[in-house]
Amino acid sequence: MLLEVRHLKKRFGNQVVLDDININLDRGQVLCVLGQSGSGKTVLFRHIIGLLFPDGGEIRLDGQVVSTPTTKPADFEKHRKRFGILFQGAALFDSMDVGENLAFPLREHTHLTTKEISKTIGEALEMVGLREEFKSKMPSELSGGMRSRVGLARAIVMKPEIMLYDEPTSALDPIMTDKINDLIMSLRDRLKMTSIVISHDIGSAYKVADKIAMIHEGKIIFDGTPPEIRSSRNLYVQQFLRGYREKFYAFSEEEKYANPVDISKIKPARPPKKGAAQQNAPLSVPIDIANKKFEMPVRARTGEPPR
Amino acid sequence: MTALLRPIAFIGRTVIAQLGKVRDFILGTREYGELGFRTFSKMPLAVKNVDITTSHMYTLGIESIPLVTMIAIFLGSATVTQAVYQMSGMIPLRYLGALVCKTTITELAPVITSMVFAGRVATGIAAEIASMKGSEQLDAMAVLRLDPIRYLIVPKAIACIVMLPVLAVWAILMSFVGAAVTVAISVDMTMHTYLSGMKLFFNPNDVYMSVGKTAIFGAIVAITGAYFGFKAKGGAEGVGNATTKAVVTSAVLILIFDFVVAVMVM
Repeated sequence: MLLEVRHLKKRFGNQVVLDDININLDRGQVLCVLGQSGSGKTVLFRHIIGLLFPDGGEIRLDGQVVSTPTTKPADFEKHRKRFGILFQGAALFDSMDVGENLAFPLREHTHLTTKEISKTIGEALEMVGLREEFKSKMPSELSGGMRSRVGLARAIVMKPEIMLYDEPTSALDPIMTDKINDLIMSLRDRLKMTSIVISHDIGSAYKVADKIAMIHEGKIIFDGTPPEIRSSRNLYVQQFLRGYREKFYAFSEEEKYANPVDISKIKPARPPKKGAAQQNAPLSVPIDIANKKFEMPVRARTGEPPR
Repeated sequence: MTALLRPIAFIGRTVIAQLGKVRDFILGTREYGELGFRTFSKMPLAVKNVDITTSHMYTLGIESIPLVTMIAIFLGSATVTQAVYQMSGMIPLRYLGALVCKTTITELAPVITSMVFAGRVATGIAAEIASMKGSEQLDAMAVLRLDPIRYLIVPKAIACIVMLPVLAVWAILMSFVGAAVTVAISVDMTMHTYLSGMKLFFNPNDVYMSVGKTAIFGAIVAITGAYFGFKAKGGAEGVGNATTKAVVTSAVLILIFDFVVAVMVM
């Protein structure tokens, strides 16, 4: 097992952000971590790359414990070279041109000559589908997709073992999203890279992932393959995959989505009278779930709950 | 009973809140000191990235010359005008040059130049680092094992330490020009008398002290800007807060250290 996340816990103040997270990843696999915004996936990502350290649990690389609550940032430093990261906005150094962005880590951590660095940069740019002329462009002159590709090129020049992508397609158009997905797969195939993709893009996950983990409110609520997630009976998972939540849109508390709800228990506490609905139909009716009262919108003409 | 306890509870809450602020101030001071120490300890590594440092020397120092020149000329003019007004009827005007020379070299030019420099540079450093933090560039540096202090702060700190004394000396010269022009235009004395007065109490050690203290002010400006840049939180508002705090704290620290240097020299 290349990467193991065991019983990872993290809280910020009183808020529990990660609660007993367990993830395993084999060499060469692509794991996609899905979840809503604010579900804790970026915090998990920052733990894996050593930008945050857990309050409980541990992270292992090749069986060796690399991150625990007592790990100091300096102790993690030696493991960082095993990771390559593509940040959400690419995080290019905007005071440097593309070539300098790629050359910077090479100049500082390798003994390559200027000519060898230039060759390595050219190869990395070619691998992400950019021509060498892009070397002289400033990050501000690039489109979102190009920035992502340059960020990817910068991450792979150091030939990392594990590549992490933080929402790589979140701000891209469908064509560019497909290109980035192809790049993720091509890096896996050409460089045998193990990858973790943090995303909320289902289409990308189906395309690139060998394994999918779904995180919700700091907990892993699904861990399996793409076919397995499609057939999951977890109501939240299904709602996430379909982007469909009509039956529950009246719920004011989002945490209700965490656990499957028995639809049969949703019954109007005060059903509208027949006939009265035509003229003065109420906009919502009170409903009662597990002794908690909610307002459920109704169809204006019939006074019935929406289907 | 509850009504009686309410004021006590209010006082308790206020005291706890104030103690929290004191604790934050102490922790902040420690962090500031640590940042300063780490910056100085990594300065020898700057020889590997001389080009970054020289580029900052140009942008932070040379590009400040027009601003410093304009301010220094008016500073000299205002000093002469005020001195003539204050001296009239009490002190002979032949000492005007001596007064202008002493005040400009020891206090006015170095402190005002440092304040202007802080307004331009500390805010720039704070805004740059805060923006880099917001756009995850600092995280990217950490992941690429590129030390932000070594690559971001050290070149800027060296540029400030070297260039602020240069600017201060330039400001002294420009103040003298402004003062001389004002004397020639509006004061009833010969230029020879004025210049003789300047030479009367001129002491090269005053210039060395100015150069020395502006080097300290340069370090303060760079480290303060960097500190508030690193501490910035949030988006555009966080960047704005960081720049404001950087310039205010730089100005206060410059005046405090100006006093410390004055006491030490005495």
